[in-house]
Amino acid sequence: MDSSGIVSSLALMRDRSNGLGGGFAAYGIYPEYADYYALHVFYDSEEARRKGEYRLRRYFNIVWEEEMPTRRRRGVKRSPLIWRYFGTPRDEDLEDWDPQEAAVEAVMEINSSGEGIYVFSSGKNMGAFKGVGFPEEIAEFYRLDDYKGYIWTGHGRFPTNTPGWWGGAHPFCLLEWSVVHNGELSSYGTNRAYLEMFGYVCSLQTDTEVIAYIFDLLMRRHRLSLRHTVQALCPPFWEQAALMAPEEREAVAAIRIVYSAALLNGPFSIAVATSQGILGLNDRIKLRPMTAAEQGELLAVASEEAAVRVLCPEPERIWQPAGGEPVLGLVKGAESLWP
Amino acid sequence: MKKLVSLPDYCLACGMCAIYCSAAHAGSELDVVKAFKQGPPPPALVVEKSEMTAQAAVCRHCEVPYCLAGCIAGAISKDPQTGVVTCDQGKCVGCWTCVAACPYGAITVRSWKGERARAYKCDLCRGISEVPMCVKHCPNEALLWQEIEGEGQYEKNRRAF
Amino acid sequence: MALSLLQPEFVVERDEERCIGCRICEGQCANGVHVWSEEDQKIKTDSSNCVNCHRCVAMCPTRAIKVSASSLRFRTNFNWSDRAIYEIYQQAETGQVLLTGMGNDREYPVYWDRLLLNACQVTNPSIDPLREPMEVKMFIGSKPDRLVFEDGRLKTSLPPQLELELPVMFSAMSLGSISLNVHRALARAAASEGTFYNTGEGGLHPELRKYGQHTIVQVASGRFGVDVDYLATGAAIEIKIGQGAKPGIGGHLPGAKVSRQISETRMIPEGTDAISPAPHHDIYSIEDLKQLVYSLKEATRYQKPVGVKIAAVHNVAAIASGIARAGADFIVIDGYRGGTGAAPLRIRDNVGIPIEFALASVDRRLRAEGIRHRLSLIAAGSIRNSADVVKAIALGADAVYIGTAALIAVGCHMCQKCYTGKCNWGIATQDPWLVKRVNPEVAYRRLVNLLRAWKHEIKEMLGGMGINSLDSLRSNRLMLRAINLSDREREILGVLAAGE
Repeated sequence: MDSSGIVSSLALMRDRSNGLGGGFAAYGIYPEYADYYALHVFYDSEEARRKGEYRLRRYFNIVWEEEMPTRRRRGVKRSPLIWRYFGTPRDEDLEDWDPQEAAVEAVMEINSSGEGIYVFSSGKNMGAFKGVGFPEEIAEFYRLDDYKGYIWTGHGRFPTNTPGWWGGAHPFCLLEWSVVHNGELSSYGTNRAYLEMFGYVCSLQTDTEVIAYIFDLLMRRHRLSLRHTVQALCPPFWEQAALMAPEEREAVAAIRIVYSAALLNGPFSIAVATSQGILGLNDRIKLRPMTAAEQGELLAVASEEAAVRVLCPEPERIWQPAGGEPVLGLVKGAESLWP
Repeated sequence: MKKLVSLPDYCLACGMCAIYCSAAHAGSELDVVKAFKQGPPPPALVVEKSEMTAQAAVCRHCEVPYCLAGCIAGAISKDPQTGVVTCDQGKCVGCWTCVAACPYGAITVRSWKGERARAYKCDLCRGISEVPMCVKHCPNEALLWQEIEGEGQYEKNRRAF
Repeated sequence: MALSLLQPEFVVERDEERCIGCRICEGQCANGVHVWSEEDQKIKTDSSNCVNCHRCVAMCPTRAIKVSASSLRFRTNFNWSDRAIYEIYQQAETGQVLLTGMGNDREYPVYWDRLLLNACQVTNPSIDPLREPMEVKMFIGSKPDRLVFEDGRLKTSLPPQLELELPVMFSAMSLGSISLNVHRALARAAASEGTFYNTGEGGLHPELRKYGQHTIVQVASGRFGVDVDYLATGAAIEIKIGQGAKPGIGGHLPGAKVSRQISETRMIPEGTDAISPAPHHDIYSIEDLKQLVYSLKEATRYQKPVGVKIAAVHNVAAIASGIARAGADFIVIDGYRGGTGAAPLRIRDNVGIPIEFALASVDRRLRAEGIRHRLSLIAAGSIRNSADVVKAIALGADAVYIGTAALIAVGCHMCQKCYTGKCNWGIATQDPWLVKRVNPEVAYRRLVNLLRAWKHEIKEMLGGMGINSLDSLRSNRLMLRAINLSDREREILGVLAAGE
């Protein structure tokens, strides 16, 4: 699919943003480099770029690099330097080498270096395109009409707690995870303190960042199923758990006890994507809207029904999921959100 | 019938129960100072204290009251409806028989305001307060007002003798 | 005998118009302040031994008594305060270590009062606890790094956990320092509200075994009352290394408070001072502690959480890290404002650090080392109200212990004379006439009321912050802002300044 659907869908929701952030993630956009990690990087300055590339080369074997193709757009001002690199993590010869762990470690170290370098997308055959501006302006800026992907996510921001800056726009990505978020995480401090114990550094000054890392920790590192991950992030209330069968109740309690700091509190509507599919989820007392629709082979999820109808004008099914009830769409052949 | 129960474990022998019994029967629960300055009637319960323990000797309003049996003037009667045993002071001659008869030591005979001695006996504050004054004001909840069916344990024990 | 230079601290005055001569005050004062004079047919007052406990004031049916601080002052001297001078007179007259009770009362800053809480507005809706579920359940115990599921079934078995219906427990107060009646009330209130009380180092009275599922049994340096049944009865075991009120020294129960009942429960002779040794004489290093932790786990077949209580001192973060690695399932950190039944005055007032700093630095250190989840943190040492509870959790605690607050709920008036054994409120005494003054039924109701009120207030504050589960408040320092704190203090606490 090209970008026109998602861009017009977001343009319709213009009033929900204030122009201080817009962004997209797309999957399947780099077929020639499908086996390489596509790193999208912001640099504050030329000097930051020199230092940044030095760091990048320490962690990755880079096979191709170029400045991100963009076009000038009036609404999008003062962009940082934006580059993209394709490569594979180094140190293949180390025992227990896990390229994904190596890539995550590299991104965390680079982003916390304090030298004005931010790797804002680090997955294979996918990429994030984000900045300060309305989403449709950002789409034009990044020349999104040049790309074709099989999954698209997008977001327009109305920043509240945290500053509107290029790194703070959504989506937030790590490996093939991308997250867009409507809401505010009251549990940000707790989530962050928990993640930092496991080596994740939250450097992008925005609460949404923790969502991407929590999914990475629970589903990739700890290999929890999507069902159990959702039960950690949006646990059933204790009074609901009391009515469950003993085995299920025990599992739900264990998840709640062990993953209590991964609980996402505060209103949220999130769309999480990986190369395998997308997940839509609301907080457990449904303080934010979400509508999902299916038409043919397309699944669309958005904060507003109008936005969904742009993509699915004659849906076979259209619904609002309950709080804590996931909406999951997997591509053909995929078995779970994280392979 | 609801009766008074006294708990020696928590009785401090402070005498608060007696003070409020007096003050309330003088018509002045809320102003103890006023009641006492004008000389309140003697209390209808006796606070007993020894080295080992303390307890308010409260009237049990027995099913078969010994005081009633001993009263030579017919001043003591038991209300058939409420079960409350009261002493009509108009008829009381101050003979002390009820004092001697009561196995609980719950009655006293005193002279008040220079008049002839009369028996002062618990009336469960009927006509004065829904909850008896002593129960209401005991600072340590050592006096309870509880439903006791038929004979209380004390009476059963008494019969055993 | 030479002249005593000590003057009465307090003056007791009686309104003769209101006094009805009922002699209740005489009966209620254990210090002989009020005495009936047959000759004069009235109560006479001698203020010299008044400790300002307010018992007579509260018990007087006509509110005829007033107690105030003596207006006799020395010349104004900000260095030699009246107190400093009297303390010297006292030592010159007795040659003894000055003793005191309850917690540090000196004018150090109270850091809870320099932390402010957030509330959600506009960008995030606050939650109404009367209409939405608000979960304040908490689990104390070691948590594994992760859970493993196989074919959808849970494979990991969790280490033993204590389940709390609210994040407040009753702190360790030994049977001996306080009476059995108070223990009865604490145990019953803990059981009915779904939380726990702690035996303290005085052993467990047989009558209270039935509350075992809600009891944390303490193993202190004196090992009073510790045997296999004691360990088996409790729901968790706490090794007491130190106490906030007197870091570095052991428990102290003056002989006056060692009645027959206490002597039986503690297994020591009646009337002798029960002084617990300063260290456990089998724990001289961290590896010795690890040995004790595992001995206790073996003795209870790994079915109960075993934790360690320490006083907040300078290197509390390093100590806590060591304890975490020694296998403890929970750590209790007791700040310098913690209460006590008896302690040397100088130790109480000068040794230890505030719980706010200790808690924040332990939490951050354990997180920096990636081991915070291996044990639960319990904060103690002057938690005075539900806001302190919320702030403690935001700074990193899983739950708090309340000691002084619980005793105040029962009736304590903070006269600090617990060590004399003459507690007029019947709490910190073993004198049977005084012990009676706490009716466990009444005390139980007061404790339950306190816990329920605090639980509701905690829910309101959480709702205001846009949180509906206590899990999301733990270590959430973004919910706090500092006011009146130096930059360095804020850095240590990890809290931004109000306005940031």
